[in-house]
Amino acid sequence: MEFLTAIFIQPFVEMVDDPVLLLQVIWEGFVTGILYSLIAFGFVLIFKASGVFNFAQGIMVVFAALTLVGLHENGVPAFVALPMTILVMYALAFSVERLVLRSLVNQPDIILFMATIGITYFLIGLGESIFGGEPKVMIAEELFLPYGSITFFDDMLILQEIDIAASMIAAISLILLALFLGKTRIGIALRAVADDHQAALSVGVSLNTIWVVVWFISGIIALITGIMWGAKSDVSFALSIIALKALPVLILGGFTSVPGAIVGGLIIGIGEKIGEFYWGHLVGGSIEGWLAYMIALVFLFFRPQGLFGEKIIERV
Amino acid sequence: MFYREAGQFKTTYIADQELFPVKQDRWGIFIIIGFSFIVIPLIANDYWLQAILIPFLIFSLAALGLNLLTGYAGQLSLGTGGFMAVGAYSCYKLITIFPDTNVILLILLSGFISAGVGLIFGIPSLRIKGFYLAVATLAAQFFFEWLFGRVAWFYNYNDSGAIEVPVRKVFDIAVTGPIATTQSRYIVVLCIVTVLALIAVNIVRGRIGRAWMAIRDMDIAAELIGIRPLNTKLIAFGISSYYAGVAGALYVFTYLGAAEVEVFDINISFEILFMVIIGGLGSISGAFFGAAFIVLIPILITNLPLILGIPINAATVEHFNFMIVGALIVLFLIFEPHGLAKIWSIMREKLRVWPFPY
Repeated sequence: MEFLTAIFIQPFVEMVDDPVLLLQVIWEGFVTGILYSLIAFGFVLIFKASGVFNFAQGIMVVFAALTLVGLHENGVPAFVALPMTILVMYALAFSVERLVLRSLVNQPDIILFMATIGITYFLIGLGESIFGGEPKVMIAEELFLPYGSITFFDDMLILQEIDIAASMIAAISLILLALFLGKTRIGIALRAVADDHQAALSVGVSLNTIWVVVWFISGIIALITGIMWGAKSDVSFALSIIALKALPVLILGGFTSVPGAIVGGLIIGIGEKIGEFYWGHLVGGSIEGWLAYMIALVFLFFRPQGLFGEKIIERV
Repeated sequence: MFYREAGQFKTTYIADQELFPVKQDRWGIFIIIGFSFIVIPLIANDYWLQAILIPFLIFSLAALGLNLLTGYAGQLSLGTGGFMAVGAYSCYKLITIFPDTNVILLILLSGFISAGVGLIFGIPSLRIKGFYLAVATLAAQFFFEWLFGRVAWFYNYNDSGAIEVPVRKVFDIAVTGPIATTQSRYIVVLCIVTVLALIAVNIVRGRIGRAWMAIRDMDIAAELIGIRPLNTKLIAFGISSYYAGVAGALYVFTYLGAAEVEVFDINISFEILFMVIIGGLGSISGAFFGAAFIVLIPILITNLPLILGIPINAATVEHFNFMIVGALIVLFLIFEPHGLAKIWSIMREKLRVWPFPY
């Protein structure tokens, strides 16, 4: 009985008792959720355009952030390092398309998925041998990212400025991407490819170019994510594990849905923070690692294609 | 010239349904098994047994389990490490509760606990497919990593948080624990792996295996011809987790000797998936080829510079290991997506007509 109270009543009483604290928890979850959304967004772009479940998105985040920091450490000023990193991400996208994807056209999905795991391992090795394995500090100041915090309600609610900046930058980049996809020629071609490969090919869209473009865009998203996450903690290969947390976001939102990635990211981010804070101590804490997966699994039982995924129609 | 089945006539159905219908194959298998049981323990030194052969066999077993699930039944799983952890920890608990029981029996029993857990995590497979399922199996991976790291009951409230393997004897020979010789541990692993591999070969060519393959190729069509998808998928999850669990128990009990839950992290799941892919999806021998490949690569990368006399430090070796394994996986997928097993079968076809191919 006591246990049941602790599960079903106590946490809600705590929430009502201290709404500011609840707000703080939700905010923390919101910020994490936005970063999850960004990673998931990178996944979705590539999945829609090429049907590849890109496992390497997580390591691309780390690789982009490491390149930026590594360049800066070697004396390149921040505002030169940033475009250089973007160039590196373009080179990465180009070589992935040229060396890997092009040779694997028409292979089953699992083979392409495995190839991205191969890319992941390769990038881990490459990143470590170039930049070393030790954690690095993100050059947040040089990029004019604010730090410090704003407080509300007599210092009860603390918002880190970097978090606010992160959410704003994430929102802006999502809007820019939406404009890019909706208004530009390449964006429309990209949506055509996402819709139907063969039909797109038949009206003269070059699949190879589109793949380079989506991998490049994902690389830029990875860079943004890497900068934000790196500014919150530090830049190390542990980040790529965090990217695995974006996977439940994907199954929650649906692999093919951009709004799904955003909403899913927020649900997972807020859900896991609340779960950890109010229920986690009942079972020994640190449940963040798997709670997201459980939330996603429960959703999947009711909607196997995710919240916004396209309805799966199968024919024999 | 030597490898040709011409002239081997089958006169009974039993002879036709033999496990290895070609005489040379049969003798080849007998020779390999005999060699690994009798000759290897006599000639191999501790380094070979401990660093190469024991992990090779254990990983083969785990890869075999995953291959049954992914290669035969078509259900992608990234939770192998979690199921291995279940096997290892349940064996540890069993040995604590029943200290006098034969340890080999307990290792085999702990597989059943792992199989039960696999059944539970297999339930979503009815509703969700493909990558959605892969992500769902990650839930198992992270959940068990957390569970065995956090709940002290599983590691008997040790201060270290690690499980340590006690000394256990079978026929008065220590097979686990610090005093067990590598030879005895090798023999134990070899026995279990041989038996389970033979069982696996028979499962996949029987009714269950055929049902798996039907489900893999197209589950709706399989359902229409009367294969129950839920049962078939759950059996696949159960048997696969059994193999993974036994492999996990062996990994801790006969190879590591003591372990924390970190040894069963997500990387081991990926490594085993690599073994399956490189070895060949849907092939029993592929599991062994793949395991040999993944186990040997780091050893080669470590030792090659030493042999050539190039000084190289350990960190660089590890980085190169990652890069080379990653690149090899991509190369394999591009040039031979069906893995080493396919290369082997191509070689065998060539061998059949050698030396007069036309």
